[in-house]
Amino acid sequence: MMTESEENEGLLVRRIKNGTVIDHIDGGEALNVVKILGITGTTQEALSIATNVPSRNMGRKDIVKLTNRELSKEEVDRIALISPRATINIIRNFKVCEKKGVEIPIQIEGLVRCPNPGCISNTNEPIRSRFRVLPEGLHCCYCDWVITRDITGHII
Amino acid sequence: MATKHIISIGDFDRKEIDHLLDHAAQIDKKKYDDNALRGKILAVLFFEPSTRTRMSFESAMARLGGTSLSVGSVEACSMAKGETLADTIRVVSGYADAIVIRHPKEGAARLAGEFATVPVINAGDGAGQHPSQTLLDLYTIRQTMPIDGIEIALIGDLRYGRTAHSLASALSLYNVRLHTISPKGLELPATLAASLAKKGMEIIEHDNIKDVIDSVDVLYVTRIQRERFPDSASYFNVASSYRITPEILTNAKKHLIVLHPLPRVDEIDARLDESPHARYFEQSRNGVPVRMAMLMQVLQ
Repeated sequence: MMTESEENEGLLVRRIKNGTVIDHIDGGEALNVVKILGITGTTQEALSIATNVPSRNMGRKDIVKLTNRELSKEEVDRIALISPRATINIIRNFKVCEKKGVEIPIQIEGLVRCPNPGCISNTNEPIRSRFRVLPEGLHCCYCDWVITRDITGHII
Repeated sequence: MATKHIISIGDFDRKEIDHLLDHAAQIDKKKYDDNALRGKILAVLFFEPSTRTRMSFESAMARLGGTSLSVGSVEACSMAKGETLADTIRVVSGYADAIVIRHPKEGAARLAGEFATVPVINAGDGAGQHPSQTLLDLYTIRQTMPIDGIEIALIGDLRYGRTAHSLASALSLYNVRLHTISPKGLELPATLAASLAKKGMEIIEHDNIKDVIDSVDVLYVTRIQRERFPDSASYFNVASSYRITPEILTNAKKHLIVLHPLPRVDEIDARLDESPHARYFEQSRNGVPVRMAMLMQVLQ
């Protein structure tokens, strides 16, 4: 039986043999998910993106498929910052071997730039930016600045 | 055991603050060993100008039998050659038993704590934290009255004034009602006000000091900086309406104390200096016993 994502995407994106399928991404956020995962035009993996696919539960959703790469928990949890309903399917030999949700991490490192120009993390010091994830937003561990909106706009 | 740093007042709980202030009170009564830190060296790394903070840390170290090392001016140190703060801290960790740092960048002391192998004390990082100032502010209030139950007014630049932010955060650990009076655009930041309110602190904004002066126990005055205004005329206009004079205090409570982190410019009329309400010079003097207690906490 086909899964909901397979039904929805139809011929848009082919099934993958091995890799990761990130499903139930909030509509329009797929490119930001790719950015968060650090996937650029120079990475080797074959990447398929479907955006604004109709979804029964979500209205519309995005899907990202990444061949021959299984994402680690730390990598996928970053996705929760912009798309907390996303689900991760690890595919081996066309079968879903693992299915998991994303959990909002307690702390994120090296992902977001602090918007405070006076913050020490925006200098040439040998550190990575570090934020605690709090209900009100991302709290800079160095200067206490809180990013309350447009988190994707601050991704490094 | 992890190295003990003092980076932010937010790292303290109420019990720890009270314990440190109790210790400072003992020191103030001369109940301390003046050789307690004999043989210990404090590195004084100030990348920004300072009079009170720097001298009172050096005085505190000397009174406890220790010595201080400093690099002199910023131009004279290797940071001027482009060395990172991280490297400077790693190097200085090898020369001293503790580091006290002032730096123009926010979060610099937190970074220093990550790279140091000796305790780090934050003596002000840009517009960020200045925990020793907050502790001596609390100490000065406590000399006159218990902190619990007071009504305190913060007046002046509450947006950029780091001492006001730190003090307000620390006071949220106590049962205090906070009144704020500030020029338009220089109000307490909304995120800070929200986080204080979440901790149960009652915050009341006023347009004029006269609305609240007869009901407060502590008046904390901060400097309104000229560079926050587009021109001198608008600065003088605002600054004059936030100036504390003996006349303003006519109907104040008898035990009201007026505090100011200093330096002051025009915010407090010099005629107030002789009034029993004026406690800002005593507050400045309190920097020594409070910093002695801080040094003993990290070095013993």
